Amino acid sequence: MKKVYYPLLLGIMALCMSFFPAASYAQTEQDALMMGERKLCVAATVQYSSWTNYWEGNFNRDNENLGRVTSKAAALMLNYGLKENLNIMATLPYIQTASSKGTLSGLKGFQDLSLAVKWRALQWQADRQKVSVFAVGGFSTPTNQYNIEFLPMSVGLGSQVLSGRLISDLQVNKFSLTLSGAYLHRGNVKIDRSAYYTDRLINSNEVNMPDAGNFQLRTGYRSSRTIAEAFVDNMTTFGGFDIRKNDMPFVSNRMNSTRVGLEAKHYLARIPALGLHAAGWHTLAGRNVGQAIGFLAGVDYIFDFTSNTASK
Amino acid sequence: MKKPFTFLLSCLCLLHLVSCDKDVVETNAGYQALQPTQTDAEAGTWTPLIVSSAADFPLSAPEPATSAAYLQELKELKTMTANLTADQKRIIDYWKVGSVLRWNEIMRELVAKHNLPPYQNPDKTYPIPSAANPFAYPVFPFSNPPYAARAYAYVSAAQYDALVMAHHFKNEFKRAAPYHADASIKPAILKSELAAYPSEDAVVAGASLEMMKLLFPADVAYLTKMAEEEKNYRLWSGANVRSDVVAGDSLGRWVARKVIQRAKTDGMGASVGTQELWTKLEDDCRAKGETPWLSLETPKRPPMLPFFGDVKPLLFDRSDVPALRPGPPPSANSEQMRKELDEVLSYTLNPTREHMRIVNFWADGVGTSTPPGHWNAIATEEFVKKQYSEVRWARNYALLNAALMDAAILCWNTKFYYFNARPCQLDPKIKTLTGVPNFPAYVSGHSTFSGAAATVLGHIIPERAIDFKAMAQEASDSRLFGGIHYRADCEEGLEAGSKVGDYAIARARTDGAE
Repeated sequence: MKKVYYPLLLGIMALCMSFFPAASYAQTEQDALMMGERKLCVAATVQYSSWTNYWEGNFNRDNENLGRVTSKAAALMLNYGLKENLNIMATLPYIQTASSKGTLSGLKGFQDLSLAVKWRALQWQADRQKVSVFAVGGFSTPTNQYNIEFLPMSVGLGSQVLSGRLISDLQVNKFSLTLSGAYLHRGNVKIDRSAYYTDRLINSNEVNMPDAGNFQLRTGYRSSRTIAEAFVDNMTTFGGFDIRKNDMPFVSNRMNSTRVGLEAKHYLARIPALGLHAAGWHTLAGRNVGQAIGFLAGVDYIFDFTSNTASK
Repeated sequence: MKKPFTFLLSCLCLLHLVSCDKDVVETNAGYQALQPTQTDAEAGTWTPLIVSSAADFPLSAPEPATSAAYLQELKELKTMTANLTADQKRIIDYWKVGSVLRWNEIMRELVAKHNLPPYQNPDKTYPIPSAANPFAYPVFPFSNPPYAARAYAYVSAAQYDALVMAHHFKNEFKRAAPYHADASIKPAILKSELAAYPSEDAVVAGASLEMMKLLFPADVAYLTKMAEEEKNYRLWSGANVRSDVVAGDSLGRWVARKVIQRAKTDGMGASVGTQELWTKLEDDCRAKGETPWLSLETPKRPPMLPFFGDVKPLLFDRSDVPALRPGPPPSANSEQMRKELDEVLSYTLNPTREHMRIVNFWADGVGTSTPPGHWNAIATEEFVKKQYSEVRWARNYALLNAALMDAAILCWNTKFYYFNARPCQLDPKIKTLTGVPNFPAYVSGHSTFSGAAATVLGHIIPERAIDFKAMAQEASDSRLFGGIHYRADCEEGLEAGSKVGDYAIARARTDGAE
């Protein structure tokens, strides 16, 4: 019954933690689900997110020279169960941006490859309750030298990210509650310019990227074939600087956001290896990010490499 | 159970990979203390740029080396140079790299800080920054490229003229440096054979502060602090006695006031224009049968300093401008224009990463020190290798920045004379890879600035002339690759700029420094 599902929250983070798409860590790291041993989940998703308003520092504004900024992405994800309690994952999104007004060109391309290892460290199971604790280590790196100096049209921030996450999960009957927190250590990036202004002029093409934290609470219904959860998610950058009034955004801005959303996944009764996946979210508060709404749709299929048993 | 440990171990390895060293090392961090290969002691005879004659300033003679007052000053210096605090040592290490260089860095920083177009009013008009109320939003100034070009030029001119005068007086009074007068004083800087009165650093600090508090009035506290630190550094390091510093400071301020008199009457005040004049530019263009430029911003923003082209140049007369102005751009409806539009479109449809790199490197847009600032940064990297004296540093920056200001004047004059449309105004299919500047296309500002700068720098450092030319070409190309300029804008801009550069070279040949 338990490990059928492909974990939730595919790629949501890819589209909303900042001004533009930035998958800084493997998206499947955030939930409390595991693939069974020797099972491989292959998932494909498409995502759409957009905003008209954004925050310059704390000032919420629109910009008629951008209109609606949209970002469309398609991502391929793999999740393999090395063991019952140890999964490895990989994600690679392709992203395309556009603005509805003004003259700025959109950009497109492959973004960052994320790799993660998820370990269920502890599990207590009582009659109808289950408590689990997970540790997730992730690493992501840009797959190419995409242009990071054209925010908000850039496809990513170009930084290598190392992340560590702890997840605690409680399940009582069909009710689930998951709390998770991650620390993201971000490597410096190189830009094409030889100097840039933050709160002073820095004569270098290297930019110090502040680290960041991600916190998430999700709760809802979880059965053997269906998951439906609501979540609240916060991204906080530890450092960085604010976009000044009418300035352009920059890779090392202090990008914060708080989002709420719904997410659901269902595995078909007739083809239990095939899952359908959907999510939607909205940004409630932020700083130096777009006030985005986003949607995701995806399918996944589970291949079972165990010798005899079926997946269910 | 082994796997988690392997996992943790690989995490640690990755952590090392990602983190390495998060400290950013700036290109100016490794600059050595100023150690001129030649003192340029005779620089008092060089031709100043704006101030007419050194004799105009009645600098009093210093107290003789044997006087009680001077001996008292030496005594004071010995106390000050002993037991320096860490902060004093930091200030010494900062300024000993070079006064003119440091003030150039400060200026580039302030230009970048203030290079932000004002945000619109609720009624969709735009506020104009006011020098009378510099702290209120929109903070004064909006240091856009023409504003910045003029600011760099006047500050450099004031520094150069003040140093020429300082050398005149050094030569006249020949007061020895305190460490030569009293061998027990061990300076924290490299010893100089130049006469010490008046102090070069104090001259530059006084001139720079007086100029820059007018150009960047909202930063007066920061500027004052820097000037004070620089003057103190001369005392703490044992390089000058107090009377050297006081004399230099007042000389520097006096020169700055002369330069300010010129600046106040150069026509900058009229460069913004009025709604009536902006409309007239459009009407005149239509009357010629052409398509007038329109602001591509929403709400529509008035053009950037449309009458800056009437400002009085430094290297030639206002009346020379029409003869220097490039001929007309291709007509908006001509076949040639269609060809140029198609070329722009082709660069923007599938840009290569190398083209984007070039666009980004030379973008020098909002929040940067502008193209003139970028060329000052390029010049600085070259000048440090040459170990110039302070006065030669100032002279070379003054030549460069006079050319850049006059390039801005010629370029703006051309832009608003023809008032032609940007590529994406004529063809909305063109999407740009950098922001579209809010003024007409012909000729390209980047190209004009770069043509002028590369020409001047190629004269100052001949062995690098080919490289400067290649950089200017790349800067010019960047505007075509970015989709904001036609080829004609770039080619004619480079050419016009290099003509301005030639004026600076003609001056360089006769100013006495070569």
